[in-house]
Amino acid sequence: MSLIRITEVRKRFGDNEVLKGITLDVEPGEVVAIIGKSGSGKSTLLRCINGLEAIDEGSIMVAGAQLLPGEAALKALRLKIGMIFQAFNLFPHLTAGRNVMLAQMVVKKTPEPEAEAMARRMLDRVGLAHKFDAHPDELSGGQQQRVAIARALAMEPMGLLCDEITSALDPELVNEVLAVVRELAADGMTLMMVTHEMRFARDVCSRVVFMHEGRVHEIGLPDMVFAKPSTPELKQFLGML
Amino acid sequence: MGYRLDFGWIPQYWPVLVSGIGVTIYLIAAGAAAGCLLGMVCAWTRALGPAWARPVVVAYVEMIRNTPFMVQLFFIFFGLPSLGLQMTELQAATLAMIVNLGAYSCEIIRAGIEATPRGQFEAGASLAMSRFQTFRYVVLVPALQRIWPALSSQIVIVMLGSAVVSQIAAEDLSYAANFIQSRNFRAFETYIVSTLIYLLLAILLRQVLAWVGRALFPKRRSAR
Repeated sequence: MSLIRITEVRKRFGDNEVLKGITLDVEPGEVVAIIGKSGSGKSTLLRCINGLEAIDEGSIMVAGAQLLPGEAALKALRLKIGMIFQAFNLFPHLTAGRNVMLAQMVVKKTPEPEAEAMARRMLDRVGLAHKFDAHPDELSGGQQQRVAIARALAMEPMGLLCDEITSALDPELVNEVLAVVRELAADGMTLMMVTHEMRFARDVCSRVVFMHEGRVHEIGLPDMVFAKPSTPELKQFLGML
Repeated sequence: MGYRLDFGWIPQYWPVLVSGIGVTIYLIAAGAAAGCLLGMVCAWTRALGPAWARPVVVAYVEMIRNTPFMVQLFFIFFGLPSLGLQMTELQAATLAMIVNLGAYSCEIIRAGIEATPRGQFEAGASLAMSRFQTFRYVVLVPALQRIWPALSSQIVIVMLGSAVVSQIAAEDLSYAANFIQSRNFRAFETYIVSTLIYLLLAILLRQVLAWVGRALFPKRRSAR
């Protein structure tokens, strides 16, 4: 059964229809890269999946939880799928460790010692066990993003949505974050990532989705999509025209 | 010029001054604590709360911010008893302080909430936190930290404004000063002394607020 099932999703901002009927299924353990020009709707699609944007038509299911308005339904859905943002969005007043502990304690009512143990494990997983007591402003961008990944993982989601998670990073910091994502993929985590890292998409992803003007314009295995793009739009996007 | 300052009356009236200082300190402590709490609730309502409650808060805030504190005080002390709500002078003065600071601090705290980067709300939401949980655990502390200097100033302003409560015979420091100068006929000296005490209280209050700020927000940090 698909982990994420997106059916005929439409989304409008005023008169501007940014998603024009998206249908896409993601299987457990798949790593799906979403590529496309800015304005093609790829970030909006990710944000719709966990309800940060309301959809106008269609349906989205994540592991049996349907996207519906209302806090209870959104909570059920968001417990199944985490999200990492371009701007990290760490909580500035909390240490790295507390950032990872907070939602466990507040949402899942995990007792503090267990939440702390989980936070230490997750920070260790992203290579930042030694930064447990550091505040976000004491960390580099790459480290902040890894804390954000640990924070999402601590909720034990079945999948992660990654919205251009390396776009705000200095070039030398991109690889440390991608290395973490690569390990997650190897561990079988389901990932949907909007990315501009084409080489990474080609190496790591199981499928590539090319979005163009609010539609899935091309979809396929990375080798197919990158080596033999069939539409002129994708060829142009990849710089082959 | 033959006027000679005479402070010989101070020992005799010292207990009156001390009691007045006590009442002023009580007024500002109760007013600041309850007023800021009220302001926080109103700020949440106005920025993030249910739509039906927002006009109520807006009406309250605009009413208080656009009328004189003394009129509010008289309304509470002389007006409310007509509705059957009897209060002592001190209770009325305290309530007026709370209601007044509640409105001003609402606007200040709301500014702090609205300056929160959208990503903070989204991060909270993506971790399955409810809107209120996100406010309580993610937004509130950085928002208060952002506006703490402005809120501190407002608290000091309200403390100085509390001198007006002597008009309903709440026995604060300014009431004590009026009382003393009507007995010793040394108006100039009496108001020199009370002015200096207000000055000292204000400086002290700023220190306390700065200390509270450092305790609540150990380091200056801002969301990026």
